[in-house]
Amino acid sequence: MAEYKEISPSAPAAARLLNWIDNRFPLSKLYNEHVGEYYAPKNFNFWYIFGSLALLVLVIQIVTGIFLVMNYKPDAGLAFASVEYIMRDVPWGWLIRYMHSTGASAFFVVVYLHMFRGLLYGSYRKPRELVWIFGCAIFLCLMAEAFFGYLLPWGQMSYWGAQVIVNLFAAVPFIGPDLALLIRGDYVVSDATLNRFFSFHVIAIPLVLIGLVVAHIIALHEVGSNNPDGVEIKAKKDANGRPIDGIPFHPYYTVHDIFGVSVFLMVFSAIIFFAPELGGYFLEYNNFIPADPLKTPPHIAPVWYFTPFYSMLRATTTVMVNVFSVLVALAALGALVKARSGAVKLGAVIGAAVLIYLLKTFDPKFWGVVVMGGAVVILFFLPWLDKSPVKSIRYRPNWHMWVYLVFVAFFLVLGYLGIQPPSDTGTLIAQVGTVFYLGFFLLMPWWSQLGTFKPVPDRVTYHAH
Amino acid sequence: MKKLIVCLLAALSFVGSALASEGGMAWDKFPAEKLNDVAALQNGAKLFVNYCLNCHSASFMRYNRLREIGLTEDQIKKNLLFASEKVGETMKVSLDPKQAKDWFGATPPDLTLIARSRAGAGGTGADYLYTYLRTFYRDETRPTGWNNLVFPNVGMPHVLWDLQGQRVAKFEEEQDPHDHAKKIHVFKEFQQVQPGKLQPLEYDNAVADLVAYLQWMGEPQQEHRVRLGVWVLIFLGVFTVIAWRLNAAYWKDVK
Repeated sequence: MAEYKEISPSAPAAARLLNWIDNRFPLSKLYNEHVGEYYAPKNFNFWYIFGSLALLVLVIQIVTGIFLVMNYKPDAGLAFASVEYIMRDVPWGWLIRYMHSTGASAFFVVVYLHMFRGLLYGSYRKPRELVWIFGCAIFLCLMAEAFFGYLLPWGQMSYWGAQVIVNLFAAVPFIGPDLALLIRGDYVVSDATLNRFFSFHVIAIPLVLIGLVVAHIIALHEVGSNNPDGVEIKAKKDANGRPIDGIPFHPYYTVHDIFGVSVFLMVFSAIIFFAPELGGYFLEYNNFIPADPLKTPPHIAPVWYFTPFYSMLRATTTVMVNVFSVLVALAALGALVKARSGAVKLGAVIGAAVLIYLLKTFDPKFWGVVVMGGAVVILFFLPWLDKSPVKSIRYRPNWHMWVYLVFVAFFLVLGYLGIQPPSDTGTLIAQVGTVFYLGFFLLMPWWSQLGTFKPVPDRVTYHAH
Repeated sequence: MKKLIVCLLAALSFVGSALASEGGMAWDKFPAEKLNDVAALQNGAKLFVNYCLNCHSASFMRYNRLREIGLTEDQIKKNLLFASEKVGETMKVSLDPKQAKDWFGATPPDLTLIARSRAGAGGTGADYLYTYLRTFYRDETRPTGWNNLVFPNVGMPHVLWDLQGQRVAKFEEEQDPHDHAKKIHVFKEFQQVQPGKLQPLEYDNAVADLVAYLQWMGEPQQEHRVRLGVWVLIFLGVFTVIAWRLNAAYWKDVK
């Protein structure tokens, strides 16, 4: 506990008030630790704006969400009409609703870019593993939040999208059908489903999300931000114990972020005011038709931010499961040749045999769900998969950049294919993309060490503006 | 900075379509200037109430909202409302959905959002409706005696037939360009068998008015939204310049 501090009675009223508070609540301490004396590296670039923007979008979503709930009715008979009521009869309801629907997509845009930044500069490496893990948990929550929220307008795409995704859980061996029933609360997506999804969307997930965001920021401020050079700025301190290459978050990064936020808001507003549907990507056309449980739309596609993972699910066909089996067998063969201890060899062979048996036993649809879930879960392990001796892409071999670019290209292509109706060529490309995506992570311990690494400087590289 | 703004604007101008093409014929382009033409919107509203609102509801649209396209409350009450309805009510129909399903094979959908929901790879929802309402033809094999080119085997008869008259469609068998073993049924042209009250160009014009109204009804504040957006972006543009200079002023000390 901090010592009780006396202040001169002749001090200004504001100073006396602050002293009174500081003796009872660590206000100044918190402010200094997180803002006023939080030293961030001075060489942040463009990629470092997306964390602040994600926080901004979170606030936009929460505030607009509060106002939407004031007029929304979570009832299968009333939900669609209540959304149109918000759009037409509630004063400024259309603006609030478009902000919320555009905000959902914007959230994923900034979060994907934020994660890619982490990937580029090794922001997940020691000692920032927990920052990354909290971040991955936030991403997972965000996906759940978006999924639950998408049912609420009760349009055709809301309804059938939820139907398709919940049915995926039915593919889990043994408990699947009961699990899907438990999620829906009914045999089909119905009023019961809408009510529970509403509850998850407005209470449960946001609570967890906010808790995780706080944990993400506390962990970040404990270890300090990484930077494009991947150099620890805390290693070089001045006489006052401040990092030489660090600058106080306020005012330097606050003015920086105000600038970034204003550019972001221009894009965000342009979409809200000029193209709120964004050609059917942000608001799907089919969703302007009320949900009809008796009429399946000819083509059901999730919203764009889920489509890379949805593509991987669709790519997991019987052929793909055979490919996985061959890859597992090859991996076991590799272990048999390379491993030194007999126990490892035995383990690899038995493990591979069991895995291939399971791959061939269960429905490919189930393995599709495993691949889709695994593609997200694998992100949590990134800090231990990356064995590169340097953090930042700047000091890695040049060809690593190409690996990242191909990875991003496949991710975008998978996203595009997930929107399109299935086709033979599309499935083949998606299969190649899925193998590359999984290979990128699973083989990272091997490839991330290869090549000639460049010397990492002692200090960050910074050119004054 | 300039480059960044140009890039962002370029990114915004990209408005593709998320929906896959569902086949069928190409859609004609709806004359979008009709949306800013109050007389066209009013004529469209009149056509809508007289021809569509007997079977189709517009249950999210209030009659008094028609004031926004220049009609007075008095005009709405006298010309567009039945005696029992109030001007603040939404556009409901008394058609029983079950009976409608028996008659047409499908319940006539609510039309409030029809223009928004019908957009796709072929164009906007307005393009679709503009094409749909102009491609009805006589087909004795259908229960209603009518068929449609963009919505084959549609349940709806040609409600505007007294305006357009009756037409038949000429089809020809052609070789499938993708599969030479197959023949495909290709639409060639319409032939007028009985003239309507309107000349073909007048009919196209009337349909464009009706579609303009449907498009407006889908989102009545759409024009207001765009006008407001211009001011919002001007404000943000100025704000961005200030924020940019403020940022530079602070950062000039960082060496």
